Amino acid sequence: MGHDHSHDHDHDNELDPFAARVRALETILTQKGLIDPAAIDAIVDTYEHKVGPRNGARVVARAWCDPKFADWLKRDATEAIASLGYTGRQGEHMQAVFNTEDTHNLIVCTLCSCYPWTVLGVPPTWYKAPAFRSQAVIDPRGVLAEFGLKLPEATRIRVWDSTAELRYMVVPARPAETDGLGEDELARLVTRDSMIGTGLPLRPGSLDPRALWPVAGAPDALEPKP
Amino acid sequence: MNGPHDLGGQMGFGPIAPDPAEPKFHADWERRALGITLAAGTMGAWNIDESRHTRESLHPALYYNASYYEIWIRALEKLLERHGFVSADEIEAGHKVWKGVVPKRVLKAGDVAETLARGGPCDRAVLTAPKFKPGDRVRTINEHPTGHTRLPRYARGKTGVVEAWREGYVFPDTNAHGNGENPQHVYTVTFEGRELWGKKSDPALTVSIDAWESYLEHV
Repeated sequence: MGHDHSHDHDHDNELDPFAARVRALETILTQKGLIDPAAIDAIVDTYEHKVGPRNGARVVARAWCDPKFADWLKRDATEAIASLGYTGRQGEHMQAVFNTEDTHNLIVCTLCSCYPWTVLGVPPTWYKAPAFRSQAVIDPRGVLAEFGLKLPEATRIRVWDSTAELRYMVVPARPAETDGLGEDELARLVTRDSMIGTGLPLRPGSLDPRALWPVAGAPDALEPKP
Repeated sequence: MNGPHDLGGQMGFGPIAPDPAEPKFHADWERRALGITLAAGTMGAWNIDESRHTRESLHPALYYNASYYEIWIRALEKLLERHGFVSADEIEAGHKVWKGVVPKRVLKAGDVAETLARGGPCDRAVLTAPKFKPGDRVRTINEHPTGHTRLPRYARGKTGVVEAWREGYVFPDTNAHGNGENPQHVYTVTFEGRELWGKKSDPALTVSIDAWESYLEHV
């Protein structure tokens, strides 16, 4: 491997033995005609740029604005979500769970990392890692505190362990002081974490780094730093 | 199986340490690992249950030390070997040595969007009537199969309430081992925190799992 590139970045790439292992496997599969490298590019492009939590934010904002849609989402989330064009892998069977004044929902998959890709994209590392998967079912309040979310003790916590092929998304409660906002503006307040249950929506006017729909001209905080 | 993957209620893994600015991929090889794994899955040689079981069958020391996409790749290598597509000496050599098995299909770039949008629904007709209905009190079985199961250890031998009947779903415990889809009714079953974790549990906690019918008994 060449070693003539600049050293301004982490060595998590060209020189990593596991990177070499993955590259070797891709080479073997390509030589054998078992995969099409262009198909790999297309898959990566899909999950890097096309499918992500903005889909889910759109679903939530629609539910906040349209009681009929909210009702459909409660009864048949798969169909309601599909009506917005979000279908497919790890979203074949969907259930939307609504936070209420006295109940907060949290999603986990203790057995692997089942996650609603069609509305939230690929899961973050912490969602797939042992610390979250182990703790979410036994001490969810402690988990939420780690995310800076302190709920009143009386608030019931409902944890959904995704042990079958049903994929959950949380519909958080609509934030206060949002009466005048339209669907697009509301969607900007919905964070990925609020749809997993480890967070709440942003407040109106917030320019939080977790925002999925930054206002025009603002840097997109979810993009990797150069 | 009681493998390293069955994490619910385990302790000692340290803080979750979420990073709001986390990139979607930490290195280019993670992108390729995702793409290769999904593309190879479309060859139709194995199903998602076999794939999950292969990951959870990695040695615990390896499983806990590996990043998630590393677990994916190590399992993918095993799947490719098991089904005759790639041999261990090829993985060692890093290039093609043998012809290997010819797959049913190979995913082409032009078919990616449609294939991903279609997904792999697992709902199937079940010919028997559901044994349980919402509101029923049920107990989960206390069994420790050596093969694949989707009943987590923390929820075995526990009493809960059926909250919802789901559709008939493919049964992972047999499907993972090439023993057929054998679809069963699936139910969302809720447990009080104290039933799972004892009297010191948060009194305002409820946990649910989605349980196949054969995981449940009437109380």
